[in-house]
Amino acid sequence: MSALPKRPVQPIPIHEHALDNLRFIRETMERAAEFTVVPGWGLFGMGCIALAAGAVAMRQTSHTGWLRCWIVAAGLAFVVGAITMRRKAALEGKAVFAAPGRRFALSFAPAILAGAALTIALVEARLWSTLPGMWLLLYGAAIASGGAFSTKLIPAMGAGFLGFGLAAMFGPPAWTDVWLIAGFGGLHVIFGLVIARRYGG
Amino acid sequence: MARHSSATAIPVRDDSPLTGADTRLLKASSSQKTVGDLDRVIHERIRLGVVSALAVNPALTFTDLKALLEVTDGNLSVHARKLEDAGYVECTKTFEGRIPRTEYRLTDAGRKALERYLAHMESLIHATRGGK
Repeated sequence: MSALPKRPVQPIPIHEHALDNLRFIRETMERAAEFTVVPGWGLFGMGCIALAAGAVAMRQTSHTGWLRCWIVAAGLAFVVGAITMRRKAALEGKAVFAAPGRRFALSFAPAILAGAALTIALVEARLWSTLPGMWLLLYGAAIASGGAFSTKLIPAMGAGFLGFGLAAMFGPPAWTDVWLIAGFGGLHVIFGLVIARRYGG
Repeated sequence: MARHSSATAIPVRDDSPLTGADTRLLKASSSQKTVGDLDRVIHERIRLGVVSALAVNPALTFTDLKALLEVTDGNLSVHARKLEDAGYVECTKTFEGRIPRTEYRLTDAGRKALERYLAHMESLIHATRGGK
């Protein structure tokens, strides 16, 4: 009966058990809140706006015309994103700036603000060809960090933007519009559709 | 309940077996004057999961909870019933077409119980670390 050697039982310190409980609560809450505040149909709409803006921007003969197209598109996309995010949260019975939305906004905003400031600086310095890569990289960073607390699709979309950003920054200058359209148009449309189907709109 | 008479300060409202670590937590609770009563209704892992999940959602269906906590129907039913009996969650049964839908919501009592439990765990951590 007592042939097996007795192994000393290592007691778990109380505070570690309490920490483990707290960790479990936090992880459960994170998984339960994994519904994404990012609106799939909103992203789809933003992508369509970017595709249209890209088509118009490519036909512009001046840098300022090209820039105006993308800035107008960014403004429209922001409005579409804000409206659809609010609508999705309302449908889920949540406030937009409840914990997941607030975390997303706080993580998303800094890189976007940096992008706005750098846009002004680069335009003043006439570094037009740097703009697409910078926009894609910072938007990708914003999405990746904002989506760190959301479903895994959002950071994946952010990674896609970062990839296109690198291509635009270091690839042939003639391709920058293509990367812009592929990123702001293509990625938004594709991920928007997937999120809309999987995460309730 | 009788098994843990050493932790007399702890109101034990449940008969599920305690692990060694649970018992130590209960004993530690009773020895800490700064720490309130440990709520064993919530202390059980599945029930703690249900309450935590409902704390960040206005309502979750039985299916949502089952998928989230990766438990069986029977297991979740038993634990959800215990939470209902304690007044920590309320259950609504409806039909979507012909499909029954069971939805759970956290009650005010449940939310307060979770807050108390969190405070309790934090107190234990502070007490044991502070005592070193």
